[in-house]
Amino acid sequence: MPVAFITGDLVTDVFLGAAALFMLLAIAMFYRAIKGPTTQDRVLAVNVLGTNTVVILALLGAGLGEPSLLDIALVYALLNFLMAVAISKFTVERGGVL
Amino acid sequence: MIETLRVGAIIVLVVLGLFFTFVSATGVLRLPDVYSRAHTASQADTLGAGFALAAVALALGFGTTSYKTVLLLFFIFITNPTAAHAISRAADEQGIEPWTTDDDRTDRDLYEASEVETDGGVATNGGEQP
Repeated sequence: MPVAFITGDLVTDVFLGAAALFMLLAIAMFYRAIKGPTTQDRVLAVNVLGTNTVVILALLGAGLGEPSLLDIALVYALLNFLMAVAISKFTVERGGVL
Repeated sequence: MIETLRVGAIIVLVVLGLFFTFVSATGVLRLPDVYSRAHTASQADTLGAGFALAAVALALGFGTTSYKTVLLLFFIFITNPTAAHAISRAADEQGIEPWTTDDDRTDRDLYEASEVETDGGVATNGGEQP
């Protein structure tokens, strides 16, 4: 049990508003993921998008008062890192997947 | 008093995180080649995520959930630059030339240069098959 879980209106608003702005920045990454031009650009854009998703999940977990979202964020960060390294290795060995 | 200080620190950390993530998003959208994009993605984005997660950890107080957030922070600090390094190393091994200030190549040319290299690899592979 947390010692002091802040549930003030101001902090909740800050977290939820920041989550919305982070989501806008994450959606902007789709431009680079779609336009390319190289496979590595796309992988990089999806990697940044995944990092932003982890931050959004943590902010929502704090803003909505649901700590279980932090577990989801932890698993998402793991899978995000694994995806970037695996696709990097795959593109070098097979010469491009996209 | 201490609660006001804590709320202020949370707001400052969230705003700093938003600022650095905005810098990272601008860099990924605007910089000229994959290496400079990897550079901004690994540095500014890691710092932005670190600030935002520090704000979350501060809001949650002492407890298991806060420890999980700190663990997540350290994990992102270690893995995000590693992933960017792996991506730019893959780009180098595919033969993508870094952009310099004195060349006029656009994104399209860089893409076609990497395409030639990739097609060459596939063609020799296919040539050996029959």
